Amino acid sequence: MASSRLGAAARTARARLAVAVAVAVAVAGIAVAPLVLPWPALAAAERTEIESMRVPVGDEPDGSSVQLDVDLYRPDETGSAPAVVLGHGFGGSKDDVADRAQRLAGEGFVVLAYSARGFGDSGGRVHLNDPDYEIADAQVLIDELADDDQVRQDAAGDPRVAVVGGSYGGAMALMTAGADSRVDSVVASITWNDLGRAFYPQAAAGVGDPGPFKKLWASTFFTAALGEGVDPGAAGQVCGRFDPELCAQFRAAMESGDSGDDGGDANAVLRERLREHSPAPTLADVTAPTYLMQGMSDSLFGLDQADATARALLEAGAPVAVDWFNGGHDGQTSVATAQQDEGGPPGNDGSTLASEEGSDIEEEQFQDTLTWLRGTLAGRDSLGQGSLPLPAFTYRAPPPRGDEAAPAYTLDAYPGLGGVGGEATSVPLREPAVPALVSPPGAVPESLTIVPGVGGALAAVSTYQLAALPGQHVAVDTEPVEEATLVVGAPEISLQVTSSASQSSLFVSLWEVQPGGPVLPRRLVAPVEVPLSPGEPQRVDLTLPGGTWQMSAGSTWRVLVSATDGSFRVDPATRVDQIALAEPALTLPVAEGTEVSTASGVDTEVVGVASALGVLLLVVAVAGLRARRRPHPEAPQWRDVPLVVSGLTKAYPDGHRAVNDVSWRAERGQVVGLLGPNGAGKTTTLRMVMGLITQDAGTVHVLGQRVSAGAPVLQRVGALVEGPGFLPHLSGRDNLLAYWAATGRPAGEARLAEALEIAALGDAVERPVKSYSHGMRQRLGIAQAMLGLPEVLILDEPTNGLDPPQIAAMRPILQDYAAEGRTVVVSSHLLAEVEMTCSHVVVMHAGEVLAAGSVKEVGVAEGRNLEEVFLSTIAGAAPGSALNAVRPR
Amino acid sequence: MSGTALSVRVEARRQLTRLRTRWTFAVLLVLPLVVVGAYALGDGDGEGQRFSDLATLGSANFAIFMLFVTAPLLLLIVAALFVGDPVPSEASWASLRYLLIAPVSRARLLTSTLLVGLGATVVAMLTLLLWVLLVGGLFYGWDSLTLPVGGTLDWPTMLGRLAVASAYIFVGLLPFAAIAFWMGVRTDAPLGAVGVAVLASIVSSILDALDALGDWRRGLPNHYAFEWVGLFSPEADYGALLPGVLWALLWATVFVALAYRHFSRKDIVS
Repeated sequence: MASSRLGAAARTARARLAVAVAVAVAVAGIAVAPLVLPWPALAAAERTEIESMRVPVGDEPDGSSVQLDVDLYRPDETGSAPAVVLGHGFGGSKDDVADRAQRLAGEGFVVLAYSARGFGDSGGRVHLNDPDYEIADAQVLIDELADDDQVRQDAAGDPRVAVVGGSYGGAMALMTAGADSRVDSVVASITWNDLGRAFYPQAAAGVGDPGPFKKLWASTFFTAALGEGVDPGAAGQVCGRFDPELCAQFRAAMESGDSGDDGGDANAVLRERLREHSPAPTLADVTAPTYLMQGMSDSLFGLDQADATARALLEAGAPVAVDWFNGGHDGQTSVATAQQDEGGPPGNDGSTLASEEGSDIEEEQFQDTLTWLRGTLAGRDSLGQGSLPLPAFTYRAPPPRGDEAAPAYTLDAYPGLGGVGGEATSVPLREPAVPALVSPPGAVPESLTIVPGVGGALAAVSTYQLAALPGQHVAVDTEPVEEATLVVGAPEISLQVTSSASQSSLFVSLWEVQPGGPVLPRRLVAPVEVPLSPGEPQRVDLTLPGGTWQMSAGSTWRVLVSATDGSFRVDPATRVDQIALAEPALTLPVAEGTEVSTASGVDTEVVGVASALGVLLLVVAVAGLRARRRPHPEAPQWRDVPLVVSGLTKAYPDGHRAVNDVSWRAERGQVVGLLGPNGAGKTTTLRMVMGLITQDAGTVHVLGQRVSAGAPVLQRVGALVEGPGFLPHLSGRDNLLAYWAATGRPAGEARLAEALEIAALGDAVERPVKSYSHGMRQRLGIAQAMLGLPEVLILDEPTNGLDPPQIAAMRPILQDYAAEGRTVVVSSHLLAEVEMTCSHVVVMHAGEVLAAGSVKEVGVAEGRNLEEVFLSTIAGAAPGSALNAVRPR
Repeated sequence: MSGTALSVRVEARRQLTRLRTRWTFAVLLVLPLVVVGAYALGDGDGEGQRFSDLATLGSANFAIFMLFVTAPLLLLIVAALFVGDPVPSEASWASLRYLLIAPVSRARLLTSTLLVGLGATVVAMLTLLLWVLLVGGLFYGWDSLTLPVGGTLDWPTMLGRLAVASAYIFVGLLPFAAIAFWMGVRTDAPLGAVGVAVLASIVSSILDALDALGDWRRGLPNHYAFEWVGLFSPEADYGALLPGVLWALLWATVFVALAYRHFSRKDIVS
């Protein structure tokens, strides 16, 4: 019977465990699911079908035919839908835009994603957005859309179409809009206006000559076009899939020493060629509303490129919206710090790459693109500059520390790089301490400011030592900024340059001077190349790179003028320049935009966690109510019996039974001695009687009430089990009072005086318990057990640590206690004491009761004392059985 | 039975008369003075964009800096100590079993311990807050808050935000207090619970720094630990505090429920 009970207990335990695990998994799943399941992509994937095709376009110059690899994403909707042509970046293919195409199709657009000529699986060679090739290809694709039944048509052969792309694809979008009036909307991000000016940037105002060659980016651009087209077998074939003529021009310009002498023509030829391959010549013909997104972490195409495009479009009368964001070809803008953050657990500094931030920016851009497309392709003819779907100008502050998104501001009109209405504030500059710099022979060593493509990763490292090489730079510091300022645009500085050569190239960047060293909030450099007369001072007005800077009150800023820069080609001739201030202040363009409220609302994460929490609280509440309502069963037949132990069993996990079917009872007025060798299971039995450990089978009843953990009937039981336990910092009296207070019963019932008398500690009751000896604690423990004079008193080794007089004093206390109608259960090894004190005896051995009854019944008589009875009873236990296997202690 | 077994008042007397409670409060009171001394020895000039640079500008700045510095570790240890230490301490003194046979039901014992522990943590945080405001005011003056991005915040607004930030920090401590509570129920070693809670905090921070985990990190107990810093800017986004509060409550509920479940079935052998 006991084993079936055990089995049943094990099954319910397993069942409970299974339920608990199920609840845990459900709760965790509900909480985490909204974070990691890509709902939109999944939903979109279900609804679109993809049609792959190859579209023939114009031949290559050598006559070979070209087909483009095209994917057409169709939305799952009847009726006609507007179309979107998606371009990809340089060195990519249509796979790069597959996700976006899916999502746009899910939003109801027909999306045409294709690999440009010379990339991916398309044929042909890379002509770098040549109007006769790539742009003509785009027009052929628009013709395809014009023939498509699902695409909404504005007129015969004129589909409702937008062209969207970034970088290479962005320029393609702008140039297609300029070449083809059928384009109804353009979204162009991080792209160029004049590729020649992008690769030969000149930041000196009023100087028409091109600037230094951006050699690092040009080389990166070039090698990206080689792709997998390099054929080692063909000797001299280093152009890969690049058009040979363009490739030759690139190589001529890049491999020539500098932009003067024999390199001069090659560079000019390349510049002219690159300008033809840019939107700039045809922007005047654009009528489609255009959305320009330009990154402030972009050393390839900076804000000046988008600025030129925006101004040209505004002049042409096309509606334009401009967005400046913290990203670009150099990756995510990260917080620049000079030192590590203050203290705290690891991982809490702001310099970790915010990959969350990156995907947030991408998502934001997708949503903005979607809003733009919906607004411009809806067909409202009256779409003008005043009724754009997005604000005319949005700009973002530099990203703050941690995971917060950078605050965004909007304006109703695009102000350009010089501040709203040309209004600018300024901050005074100090004369540089060391006003001279040397351009080293061979332009080596080169200072390092920009590393293309890895802007974010360097934010945590202070790179000032790499950028400001000794003797090669001039540092112009500002006075402390008076008021907190958000600079929006391109700051301007005027310098007076006296050079030893007839041409000077300088590289200028804006640093913030922090206590730990200068940091570069925006990793951008403005290059200047000006013709001079040697030895004569010349005024140079510099425009620093465009962006936004957060200048806090009291901060100091530094304009670093360097002779070399690793990402530009520099004249190898040695040169010395004197730099002085032509104007005493740094001009800072500002704007007062309306902040876009970034109040966080209830998103999927919050909903998920809140529901998980709700489910969990419900489960906990139900479990709590069920536990509370569990009844305390009664056994009315034992209502008058102080203590009945019936069939108690306790097995350890390894199967060994510490207590095996133990049954005995204690009646009123009895002093019951519980005897047995060590390991017999006496203490285990007593702990089960107190409800401290749960029996595997059997019951304990006190005065007819079943005993379980914390059962109310335990009020009528007092115990001292395995030694006393007190709070060491309280006195003896306070311990007893605290114990009684813990029972919740009124203080009058405590019978404290009697208990203290039994303890017989005298004045020591006022001292903290930690100063007591073992015997004093023992006596106090007995006194605590007797508080309230409980009807059942259980004492485990009460005489442990007491000296003979105290032991002798205990005897009448226990006997008088029982004589008043209560019950005492004493477990002891002192058999002589037990013989004198106890009226009844229970002998246990190896978990079983061997004998129980009054002292006479077990065989104590004249000539045979308890010790003999005890030892013979133990020895008489059946040999060779598990009974003799006493669990060692 | 006339009163509740082990009422909160009784349990409070058991716990708060301990020496370690006094030492904890002593540390909380001495720490700001030590920080003031450190700043006096250093040579910062109150310029810069971080809380540590601005701490000497006034009482408000000092209070926020102290909160920033104590929240991740010190207050966590205080919470873990007050919430997670009582049960194993009683077990180590052998008084736990006597409480249980008083009788105090298992759930009642845990409830009292939890309430007293949380209450003591709240008192400790309030003491720290008022004290740092006072110390900052005495040593650095009573100027209104200077924000790291520039500008100031007047006292009424600042105190309101400070109250919300402190409440948020308290809620953020709850997961680790709950872990300490749960460990305390499983172990007899008095400071084992506190140690495990601190270890959990460190592991959580390390995992939070791994970008490879991506969005999964949002479920970590202290991922949103510093969201309250965003309250001290011209526009306060209270909605951003919501995810952190909910995750903290979720973790805390899980571990407290586990603690109750374990304790109600446990064989007490201490």
